[in-house]
Amino acid sequence: MNVELMWKKIKKSQLLLPVVAMILVMAINIIHDAATGVGAFSFFKITLQQTTGNGTILYGRIIDILNRGSEAALLALGMTLVVSASAGTDISVGSVMSLSASFCCMLLAGYGVSSTNELAVPLIVGLLAAILMGCVCGAFNGLLVARFNIQPMVATLILYSAARAIGLLLCNDLIVYVRNDSFGFFGSFMGPIPTPIIITAICIAILSLILKKTALGMYIQSVGINSRASRIAGLNSKMIIHLAYIVCGLFAGIAGIVASSRITSADSNNIGLYLEMDAILAVALGGNSLGGGKFSLAGSIIGAYTIQAITTTLYALGVSTNQAPVFKAIIVIIIVAIQAPPVKAFVRKRKLSKTSKGVA
Amino acid sequence: MKSKKLNLNSHTILLLITIVLFIVLYMLGCILYSKKGFTHLQTFLNILITNAGLICIASGMTCVMLTAGIDISVGGLVAMDCMMLAVGINSGIPAPVMVLLVILTGLVFGLMQGFFVGYLNIQPFIVSMAGMFFTRGMTAVISTDQVSITKDTSPLYYAWANYKIKLPFGGYVNNKGVYNAPYIRINVVIALIVLIIIFIMLRHTKFGRSLYAVGGNEQSAAMMGLNVKSVKLKAYVLSSFLCSIGGICFSLNTMSGSVQQALGLEMDAISSAVIGGTLLTGGVGNVLGSFFGVLINGTISSIVKTNGKLASSWPNILTAALLFLFIVIQSIFAAIRSKKIH
Repeated sequence: MNVELMWKKIKKSQLLLPVVAMILVMAINIIHDAATGVGAFSFFKITLQQTTGNGTILYGRIIDILNRGSEAALLALGMTLVVSASAGTDISVGSVMSLSASFCCMLLAGYGVSSTNELAVPLIVGLLAAILMGCVCGAFNGLLVARFNIQPMVATLILYSAARAIGLLLCNDLIVYVRNDSFGFFGSFMGPIPTPIIITAICIAILSLILKKTALGMYIQSVGINSRASRIAGLNSKMIIHLAYIVCGLFAGIAGIVASSRITSADSNNIGLYLEMDAILAVALGGNSLGGGKFSLAGSIIGAYTIQAITTTLYALGVSTNQAPVFKAIIVIIIVAIQAPPVKAFVRKRKLSKTSKGVA
Repeated sequence: MKSKKLNLNSHTILLLITIVLFIVLYMLGCILYSKKGFTHLQTFLNILITNAGLICIASGMTCVMLTAGIDISVGGLVAMDCMMLAVGINSGIPAPVMVLLVILTGLVFGLMQGFFVGYLNIQPFIVSMAGMFFTRGMTAVISTDQVSITKDTSPLYYAWANYKIKLPFGGYVNNKGVYNAPYIRINVVIALIVLIIIFIMLRHTKFGRSLYAVGGNEQSAAMMGLNVKSVKLKAYVLSSFLCSIGGICFSLNTMSGSVQQALGLEMDAISSAVIGGTLLTGGVGNVLGSFFGVLINGTISSIVKTNGKLASSWPNILTAALLFLFIVIQSIFAAIRSKKIH
């Protein structure tokens, strides 16, 4: 009885889907590793490796997934709030990431300089500027969505096409290299652990703390479920939607810093390309409705890492970078199709008819 | 009754603004670059030639957007079409067969997307995002190289791509004293035919009107007795079909296929439709507006190209600025309308 109850609870849980997806990915990895004879559990193996310097770093596929998935996870955090509050997606985050990265590198290198070892301004100025740029972009999106009542997708379409272009303009159409260890730190290692993992962990901790300790999370959900009713209940709906977009922009800015620090350059054309899709996918995979309302931050985060795990697994299976999207598309369709109301209704009907037959 | 009249007016005004804006932009180009040949009729025709594919795609996008949907898979589908054409023709399959095959692929692809959106009730954005991933990935599966169609591999396709339809008016005599007749290419003819057919379809056929009805209010459309699911399915089939035709027009221009082709084309199509006065909330829009939206996009990039000194990112920024302008105007109109109704 107790087990049955628990099973029912698990079945209803929002986290079921992302967790099952994650387990499936792991299973595929284990089978593949066993089949190729590298040891069934090499997926989970984490070793300490000597670097060319005198440090040791953590090494392993899980670490790699956590590391590479940082940007998507950061974006997914903001995207979850945006989706929840405004029932729409922010498709500009990838471009905003690129713009923040370009702005940061442009400041650090000085305008028009394409490669430098020395920082033109203190590092902190560049970082703050990048985060500020993210916030400004988020505020612009929020202004259009919350104040002008424009559909989120159309509103963010503006920055989707403009932000990357402005970033290119800031960098004078060049790829700006900032070959400086203090800047490269954010994309490399802090002790044995990759810095992006630490940054993401801090961001997740802060955001979930804010959502737990204050009523903000509840406000966002209530605005997403019914913005008019929340307004009548005394919430400033517009303000809350605006805030969600600003937070989303903030995380895009941080993700931009991580992404550009990883390659110690601002490659406007490629930073954050298609990452908005990954972020939206992470939110959907996390069991969150794209129609707004209730959200689960944990689901989105697991979703983001699951996507990265899928990508890494595909590469491990020998699928090329360009061909990987085919599998991604099939996975997306399967995931959303299981969740689709008509399919669920069909399954329920089948079950009902089965049980009624059993009774008869 | 009164609100209906106002409704009609504000949409006509939006369309008029789009057309006026296009004329102003074009005049600006003529004044700034009259010495570089911007005033010749051929400049305008070149805009048509380069954007013939986009006109088809934007027409399809308008139909989908009328049902309150969206189709962001078009860029990927165009890339896949171009790649299919390039690889197929190079491997010796006759060009007409390949063209039919591409159109067939578009129909099947549209059927899939339409089924997921219409019958399984999945958000259009997610479905077409999966479609985008799928088509881009399939392009790479077909070939990861840059494949070109040359005169040697297919004389027929080469002839199609280079056939000039000369116009009997508007030519000019260049400084060597040779008369240059203005010309268009086959893809322009295809695009204009598509445009006219879709225009008539949206105005005068049952299917066209039901697109507006479904987008305007799905529930009342269903209560009226429309088969909402089937209308949605057909809208996506139409979009992918037109996108395939657009892909062929595109291929006639580029004569090649590559994974990186038509990147961001979906956003060009969407922004053209929005600038042309189509609302993403559905039920409002006109394919003529989208046509002018495409022309505005084309004029901007033509001006930037003629200038030659401006950075390549300017067309994107200017288009985004225009998009911003139009969205704000639309929202002001919407605010006025809702005030009048209440």
